[in-house]
Amino acid sequence: MLFYSFFKSLVGKEVVIELKNDLSIAGILQSVDQYLNVKLTDVQVLDPEKYPHIQSVTSAFVRGSVIRYIQLPPDDVDTQLLQEATRKEITQPRKE
Amino acid sequence: MDLSIVNNDYYLSGMAALIGDIDKQLMVMLRDGRTLIAFLRSLDQFGRDKGYDEWSIRYCFLVGNLVLHQAFERICIGHQYADIPRGLFVIRGENVLFIGELDFHQPLRVPLIEVTIEEILKLQKEDIEKKGRIEKLRQKAMIEHGLVGEGNPIEEHY
Repeated sequence: MLFYSFFKSLVGKEVVIELKNDLSIAGILQSVDQYLNVKLTDVQVLDPEKYPHIQSVTSAFVRGSVIRYIQLPPDDVDTQLLQEATRKEITQPRKE
Repeated sequence: MDLSIVNNDYYLSGMAALIGDIDKQLMVMLRDGRTLIAFLRSLDQFGRDKGYDEWSIRYCFLVGNLVLHQAFERICIGHQYADIPRGLFVIRGENVLFIGELDFHQPLRVPLIEVTIEEILKLQKEDIEKKGRIEKLRQKAMIEHGLVGEGNPIEEHY
């Protein structure tokens, strides 16, 4: 649940999502759930020449399982805090 | 339905947020590369995963199957496109890549030209053949270099 919480803290920030079919879309993170399905607003396709039919999309829901990468805004990520949180989670016994 | 509850992002995150998109015209991209434009009439919520907090159990779900009404398939090759009427679709959630809300009034950065269905099917056939040839060459080159082809990532581990 750590990364779910992490992405929840990025709601409202601009991210770029790269899908496993090489489609990249930029947008503002609107919501995220525990499967890391994400919802974006103000969507822009990064390669409109290759995917011209997606240009008229304004907001999008992307299924978590088809996402390859999410590019994050560097200023909004506290890597120190994230490292500490990952270490803490791994040392803690998992809740049933 | 009381939409003030439905549109509240605190209550509905992720897949459940789609409830607010019911009866809107949406673009749905599927895992096999097809693009459908249709009205979302219904979605369900099976595959709820227990073991998370109360909040998640109540409002999140893994696979949402979709019911699409008055669907047409948009085939887009290069800058040409055509729409093929398809009717009603029931889609299993795992086959969905992406669901987008549409605004047809927005100016297009890359212009699109509508062509007939026959023309687009011909273009699509050529495009598939071309991609097949490129893929064959790629596989051959990879095998020559001692690498085994990885296949289609979308098909294999979605």
